Amino acid sequence: MDGASAAGGVSLLLLSLAGSTVRLAAPLVLAALAGLYAERAGVVDIGLEGKMLAAAFVGAAVASLTGSAAFGLGAGIAAALLLALLHGIAAIAAGGDQIVSGMALNLIAAGATPSLASAWFGQRGTTPPLPSGARFGPIALPLAQSLSEVPIVGRVYTAIISGHSLPVYLAWLAVPLTAFVLSRTRFGLRLRAVGESPEAVDAAGLSVARLRFAALAVNGALCGVAGVCLSMAQGNGFLRDMSAGRGYLALAALIFGKWRPWPVLSACLLFATADAVQARLQGVVLPGIGPVPVQLIQAVPYLITLAILAGFVRTARPPRALGKPYPTR
Amino acid sequence: MRRLCRALAALLIPAASLAVALSAVAGLVLIIGEDPGRALLTLVRGALGDLEGIGYTLFYATDYVFAGLAVALPFQAGLFNIGGEGQAALGGLGATLVVFALGDTPAPLVLAAAVVAAAGFGAAWAFVPAVLQARRGSHLVITTIMFNFIAAALMTWLLVEVLIAPGQSALETRTFPSALWLPTLADVTAGTRFDAGEAPLNPIALLALFAAAIYWILLRRTPLGYEIRAAGLNALATQAAGIRVPRIILLAVCSGGAFAGLIAINELFGAQHRLTADLTAGAGFAGIAVALLGRGHPLGVVLAAVLFGALNQGGAALSFDMPAVTRDVVTVAEGVVIFVCGMLDGVVRGHIGQSLRTLWTAPARQAV
Repeated sequence: MDGASAAGGVSLLLLSLAGSTVRLAAPLVLAALAGLYAERAGVVDIGLEGKMLAAAFVGAAVASLTGSAAFGLGAGIAAALLLALLHGIAAIAAGGDQIVSGMALNLIAAGATPSLASAWFGQRGTTPPLPSGARFGPIALPLAQSLSEVPIVGRVYTAIISGHSLPVYLAWLAVPLTAFVLSRTRFGLRLRAVGESPEAVDAAGLSVARLRFAALAVNGALCGVAGVCLSMAQGNGFLRDMSAGRGYLALAALIFGKWRPWPVLSACLLFATADAVQARLQGVVLPGIGPVPVQLIQAVPYLITLAILAGFVRTARPPRALGKPYPTR
Repeated sequence: MRRLCRALAALLIPAASLAVALSAVAGLVLIIGEDPGRALLTLVRGALGDLEGIGYTLFYATDYVFAGLAVALPFQAGLFNIGGEGQAALGGLGATLVVFALGDTPAPLVLAAAVVAAAGFGAAWAFVPAVLQARRGSHLVITTIMFNFIAAALMTWLLVEVLIAPGQSALETRTFPSALWLPTLADVTAGTRFDAGEAPLNPIALLALFAAAIYWILLRRTPLGYEIRAAGLNALATQAAGIRVPRIILLAVCSGGAFAGLIAINELFGAQHRLTADLTAGAGFAGIAVALLGRGHPLGVVLAAVLFGALNQGGAALSFDMPAVTRDVVTVAEGVVIFVCGMLDGVVRGHIGQSLRTLWTAPARQAV
């Protein structure tokens, strides 16, 4: 009896951990895929963080002013697209250093969002809490209620797959879609070509700059959804610095995932699991070990990425033309 | 011709970046709904209007000189060190450990040891990314970003579990003994006609100028500096010439880390007198803007540092005078400077440089 209830408790804990992993992975997946489009096209993007932050703020601000989640989503995407366009102008059109302009966008977003938030909403760099119509609430998938009593399959379906918000579903849809676009469409082939050998693309009569701008447009849209996911689905309004390094974490996941959609998803899930576990372990005392050093778990994704970068885990080869501006005619 | 191009870049790019950055601040103030003209005036007056403002400006400038050199030196070797923030935090840890370990040792000795420890810890924190870049080719930008986050986690853990002052809830160590507080402009001028209020400008500012001089001598007057610059211009040719490029990378990046570590000395012994979780307040990132605006020249770095010091102090005055405008506008200005510098650099090297070269070589071609 005791054993059975303990097992039940453990499985409940695992279910809820898995559920929150799926939820926490969403903004990472969206941002990492955004980085994937840019970097497979040869444009380094360390500005993921800034684009997410800008979208999180603009999305929440517009949603709270209009009371509409859809308007918020649109505005968030527009904000991220604007920053992506700026990155393109500096890095593609002007041939400037891609890392420098990415870093610049991060600083601009980090400074502008709390400035505007406190000026417009007067709440020390936050937006007011969103009413329920202005945020993305959980959506129960069909049959979730009636299947909840079915052992294993039903409970997994109810607790892990169902009950997430729109941006989370978008994130999960974006992975197969990206895999398909990259490997099965003309745009995807050209995108990969322009990241490996822009000269060949140029010689074939295609515009390197136009392809890279197109990649950045997809990048901006995905970053927009990622930011909106933070402030309008997982959070209830914008908080100062709410992206909290997730843009850089997504960059790490992109490297860990070798610039490929499915491995990138696994990397995001791993990092999200670390995040979910560290949230549970806050203040827990393990027998024989003492209190869990939460900070160590927080640092785990970065340590893993370093190990990969060092080539100790497995080698990853970035796109060949990554970071190299291509001269415009 | 090349000289013309370089002079153009050296004058035009900083001037344009500054103009765009100030317009960005003005634009932001306008969006917020305040008078941009009055805002810029308040900013300048707050930074340079009285002795206290100037004292604060130069105090922040001291941080930024170190931060700028931390980026500029590896940049000469063709490498981008974004890890100044983490390296400065570790520098603070080194200095703090020295202070608590040496106890009753005479203050000058403790201070000297703290300076060495801060530089050493900063360099040590840059060592792993440097080795990974030199031996494994792991991109320094990514590894130093990772190291910033690891440093933040490490410092939080140390402050929570080990270094926190007993009976305290705030994440900070014990206050340093007052013998270790450096005399500030505020102390010196207190009670005189030229009262500098609270301004924490202290002798470490001279150390910053000294560091800039060392940077210049190292780069321009030593064989190592030649090797660093050669590796930055063409690593393959440098390697072929028999210079060990991995060693150059290691030295350049670790020296950058040492400069970053010294930011902590200014903050710890000049102003805060205790180790906190957010010792550097983004100075490490400001260093990128300083190095780019100063275009790697020590004088340029010092001038850019003073400029950003003035912006930072002016931003504080601005947010005091206009509560709707927060200090975050300074971060925006930094970002805009970095953006415009990066973009114009590409333009000057690419388009303008190309057309100038065409202009220049056209008559020569006709002559042939």
